[in-house]
Amino acid sequence: MPGTYIPTDYFPVLVILLIASAIGLGALVAGILVRPRRPYAQKLTPYESGNPPIGEPRSQFSVKFYIIAMLFVVFDVEAVFMYPWAVAYDKLGIFGFVEMMLFMFILLIGYIYVWKKGAFNWE
Amino acid sequence: MSAAEMIGIFIETLIVVSILMLHVSYVVYFERKVIGHMQCRMGPMRVGWHGLLQPIADAIKLFFKEDIIPSQADKPIFYVAPLIGVLAALGSVAVIPMWEGFSIANLNIGILYILALSSVGSYAVILGGWASNSKYSFLGGLRSAAQVISYEIAMGLSLVGVMLMSGSANLSDIVHAQAGHWFIFTQPVAFFVFVIAIFAETNRVPFDMPEAETELVAGYATEYSGIRFGLFFMAEYAGMFVMSAFAVTCFLGGWSGPAFLPGFVWFILKVYAFIFLYFWIRATLPRYRYDQLMGLGWKLFIPLALANVVFTALMKIL
Repeated sequence: MPGTYIPTDYFPVLVILLIASAIGLGALVAGILVRPRRPYAQKLTPYESGNPPIGEPRSQFSVKFYIIAMLFVVFDVEAVFMYPWAVAYDKLGIFGFVEMMLFMFILLIGYIYVWKKGAFNWE
Repeated sequence: MSAAEMIGIFIETLIVVSILMLHVSYVVYFERKVIGHMQCRMGPMRVGWHGLLQPIADAIKLFFKEDIIPSQADKPIFYVAPLIGVLAALGSVAVIPMWEGFSIANLNIGILYILALSSVGSYAVILGGWASNSKYSFLGGLRSAAQVISYEIAMGLSLVGVMLMSGSANLSDIVHAQAGHWFIFTQPVAFFVFVIAIFAETNRVPFDMPEAETELVAGYATEYSGIRFGLFFMAEYAGMFVMSAFAVTCFLGGWSGPAFLPGFVWFILKVYAFIFLYFWIRATLPRYRYDQLMGLGWKLFIPLALANVVFTALMKIL
């Protein structure tokens, strides 16, 4: 019957994720029962080797991290395109090879552009 | 699927995960012993015979430690970050084939599943670092996330070579495709890139930048204490175990080996040999500088992995 497909192959994945969360939560809950809890203001300040922290921790950080994140999206999507191509490669033959070379060539232009712009240099 | 089958899967998974947890705690012991002997020390010796009960003592200690939550922390995210790490690390083990015909979930997209979960693992690090609201944690979390995503591309591309050779993304099929010769011999470049990428993925020396104790205290885990820190620690070692098993499956022939030992024993031996490599390198190499690390990933390993894909595809067509 259409619309009633149940992906039974993935049932063990669900089970293992449930067991893993049970282990994590179980460890935390078991900890509550036995550990001491004696907080005071100094203990709860951020670690700074004993000095009071100066300024906001999240105020500024390098814009490089944003660039890396964007490049990651571009290149990782490209890698994902290659997976089905690689699995079906025997059936695609010479056509598949030429198509992927074209795809990689376009990508290579972008890669060289990004490199020349200096996105890979951390100064 | 009947109820009996479901319960069977549940028990099977529970057994595998329990054995994995035991391994994870003893991998820590193994590491301390290996590093100790490489530095002409004995490693743990006090708790039990040659320190064999040390991991258990450590776990009990972590349970009894106070769980300090900084007053400025983003509490819900702070609570949940270590759980994400454990979930991602333990979840990946589902698709690893351990002997002929056995893996918890025999998915046809095994490679993709492991890559996806290892990306989820980086959320634990960045969320933990963000939620702690401390400079060291925040920097550690950012660095780690940037490092993990950079090396993930190289890792994914190096596996394209493996998929080209085997024509499948199912890990059992990949082991079968290595019946003649292991992919470490037919795909040496991919193996080289892959090994270095998983060292960066699991934040191990020489790429343990996020936890560089000399500059960032403990990186993203600075503000974590007690069992929450323990969960991060567990996730790291479980991740190391899974990545070693992944490397053994994709490049070192998985469970296959001469018939005098059963497949499972071969699999475990290879995984431990690979984990030994992790410790050996930790005892040998100094840490990379962060700019060198990022430059290496983007300028060397990604082109190298792409060239390997082109070369493999060309060889297959000829």
